[in-house]
Amino acid sequence: MLSLDEKLEELLTKYQDTPGALIPVLQQAQEIYGYLSPELIRIISSRLRIPTSRTYGVATFYSQFHLKPRGRHIIKVCQGTACHVRGGSKLMEVLKNYLGAQPGETTEDLKFTLETVACLGACGLAPVVMINDQTVGQLTPEKVLQKITTCE
Amino acid sequence: MRNLMEACCQRCTHTPASPCSEYLLCRTEGPLCHESKECRQQRKAFIDEVTIPSDSPGRQIIVCGGTGCTSSGAANLVDLLNQEITAHNLGNSVQVKKTSCHGFCENGPILHIKPEGIFYTKVKPKDIQDIVLSHLVNQQVVKRLLYQDTAGNSYPYFQDIPFYAGQTRLLLRNCGQINPESLADYLAVGGYRSLVKVLQQMTPDEVIEEVQRSGLRGRGGAGFPTGRKWASARKAAGDVKYIICNADEGDPGAFMDRSLLEGDPHSVLEGMLIAGFAVGSTKGYIYCRAEYPLAIKRLKIAIHQAQQVGLLGSNIMGSGFQFDIALKEGAGAFVCGEGTALQASIEGLRGMPRVKPPRSTEKGLWEKPTVLNNVETLANIPVLIQTGTEAYRKLGTVKSPGTKIFALSGAVTNPGLVEIPMGQPLREIIFGIGGGIRDGKSFKAVQLGGPSGGCLTEQHLELPVDFDSLTTAGATIGSGGMVVMGEDTCMVDVARFFLAFTQAESCGKCTPCREGTKRMLEILERICQGKADLKDLGDLERLCRVVKNTSLCGLGQACPNPVLSTLQYFREEYLAHIVEKRCPAGVCSSLVRYSIAADRCRGCGLCLKNCPVGAIEGEKKQPHTITAERCIKCGVCLDKCKFGAVLRG
Repeated sequence: MLSLDEKLEELLTKYQDTPGALIPVLQQAQEIYGYLSPELIRIISSRLRIPTSRTYGVATFYSQFHLKPRGRHIIKVCQGTACHVRGGSKLMEVLKNYLGAQPGETTEDLKFTLETVACLGACGLAPVVMINDQTVGQLTPEKVLQKITTCE
Repeated sequence: MRNLMEACCQRCTHTPASPCSEYLLCRTEGPLCHESKECRQQRKAFIDEVTIPSDSPGRQIIVCGGTGCTSSGAANLVDLLNQEITAHNLGNSVQVKKTSCHGFCENGPILHIKPEGIFYTKVKPKDIQDIVLSHLVNQQVVKRLLYQDTAGNSYPYFQDIPFYAGQTRLLLRNCGQINPESLADYLAVGGYRSLVKVLQQMTPDEVIEEVQRSGLRGRGGAGFPTGRKWASARKAAGDVKYIICNADEGDPGAFMDRSLLEGDPHSVLEGMLIAGFAVGSTKGYIYCRAEYPLAIKRLKIAIHQAQQVGLLGSNIMGSGFQFDIALKEGAGAFVCGEGTALQASIEGLRGMPRVKPPRSTEKGLWEKPTVLNNVETLANIPVLIQTGTEAYRKLGTVKSPGTKIFALSGAVTNPGLVEIPMGQPLREIIFGIGGGIRDGKSFKAVQLGGPSGGCLTEQHLELPVDFDSLTTAGATIGSGGMVVMGEDTCMVDVARFFLAFTQAESCGKCTPCREGTKRMLEILERICQGKADLKDLGDLERLCRVVKNTSLCGLGQACPNPVLSTLQYFREEYLAHIVEKRCPAGVCSSLVRYSIAADRCRGCGLCLKNCPVGAIEGEKKQPHTITAERCIKCGVCLDKCKFGAVLRG
């Protein structure tokens, strides 16, 4: 097993001479560490020879990148039109209430991060929530609470 | 020969390094270089396993493995089926196969048995025993698992279900029928034949002419003629050119590209290869949004398979044509669906659009001539090359030939993916294929084209759906999202919803879009909260015009459309919010109060038990009450009450 830093080294070596590699590098670095810390952004910038300001600019532009630690379970509430007209915002209300966190925030015990996601394309099952990598559809406020209480 | 892709005997000399020019055709029609009954038989056996002709002795059970059915629990069904099949010693005559989305997600998990074509819906693990014993062993259809429409009619066969019967599945022909992770499956149903035709019989100019004659228009929303785009990229100076497949399908409510990529990825690769050949490009990119993990996985597999057999590489099928494809994952920015922003993103920059001209076909990715086509557009290419322009133009209208896939969702009875020839009336899609409004409610509006489109009403239901007719009514065909809204939808809330989306996704480069969307959203939020006055309405309309006329890219230019169209057709709803401080549909939570009618409440406690925030109080068998300060207006109590005692107003 490689340590986290060894994995990063491998990643940077692979991409350091490829033009346009910043986004895939940030994506894979985030996969290794879970989020992009200021330190990590500095390392990536210096190895890819990109000004830190530009790397930071890219990292803050795309919603996929996170600059703060996230919870063990990521709950993403779909914001698509179909989910909206079939009660998606009600799911968000009960989740905010239950977790005591706003969208984009993580609970204090680092157990849950509540997020929104642009349409997941599972509109036939609206309203939909993604819990970690699992798409859960045809939810009601009660069902979504049941689902997340089963998360360890 | 262990599979269709392998050499049949030692006489086959094909390797990716020294490719045989007949390799592809030889897989299905072969052997071509020698005569051997055995080699022919082997091929037929493999092809029959995929296509299951009607006289096939073997059976195939297709389990839908799309995102929808998987989330409804289809994953275990394959294992359970295999266990039951082994237990009944049917292993030799029945094969279980996982395919991609059938587009009928709400009725999932779906099981489809071939060759007879029986179609089971909402299959649960406990039904598997029944299906195997009754259907496979005793040849009796399991009636309770057949699709039933709202009138109670059962439909045993796939092609008879109204949802499918009204469709022309040209691009979706393979979705749900073949294993999308198998190149052999795609070949067995005639895949890559168009590439062979192009490489062996046509010049690049002839390909472009064919595409121009077909009248194919870009399916990403703008409807630009594809052939003209290709022609100008071919003419552009420079020896390095790029083909980009825009798979950054971001419109909320649109999922046709996802289904194509998940269900038939090779057809998109084939379209890109033909585009590359026609334009004179050697490098293609697929830019796919990261929110589609399954599509990304399947694309990776498909690209790898194509490279393995030499369908991508330096000397494709011995023709001297060189082409390779790289996959780029988006990072979650809607604006990257715009061509120039997408190219900036591939270059590793913030995905911001730039001023046009120059057009991408002159100066695109890395400043080189670039053709950027949408997934569905590229999937059309193999079809039109194969059938020929004349046959292709028979479908659709004169100015919008071909078919279009729509993602039907919202308050409709049968949400799902629908492919129809262009030019069919809206009514046919929503009430014919879609089965009308669910729960017997009435139709209010249909939203087309996502955040760039508009809402249409009852009076527009006879309009033909094509690129030009809808624009005059204030909507656009967009990428094909079609969200149907029933009587209980608030149109002001819908406009606010779309504006909130575009405001969040505005890249911030140009002032009208960055500031304009913010101000428009503020006004709409005030309206929804009952805090707006009539002056706000005038300001909103003026802002819409300014943002529309002065924004840099399509995102800004089109974002006022949802507001303008709802203002045009549902002005009275805006006025109700502003003047009467009332939300007629009972959606805008600031204007809605929940209460319990004491005379109807039996004190059963069901609402109290289900309230997620503990806002309801009351003794058993005594009328309950709702504490307004705690209530989050989720409406659970209203849904739960059996006595109609919960009131919304």
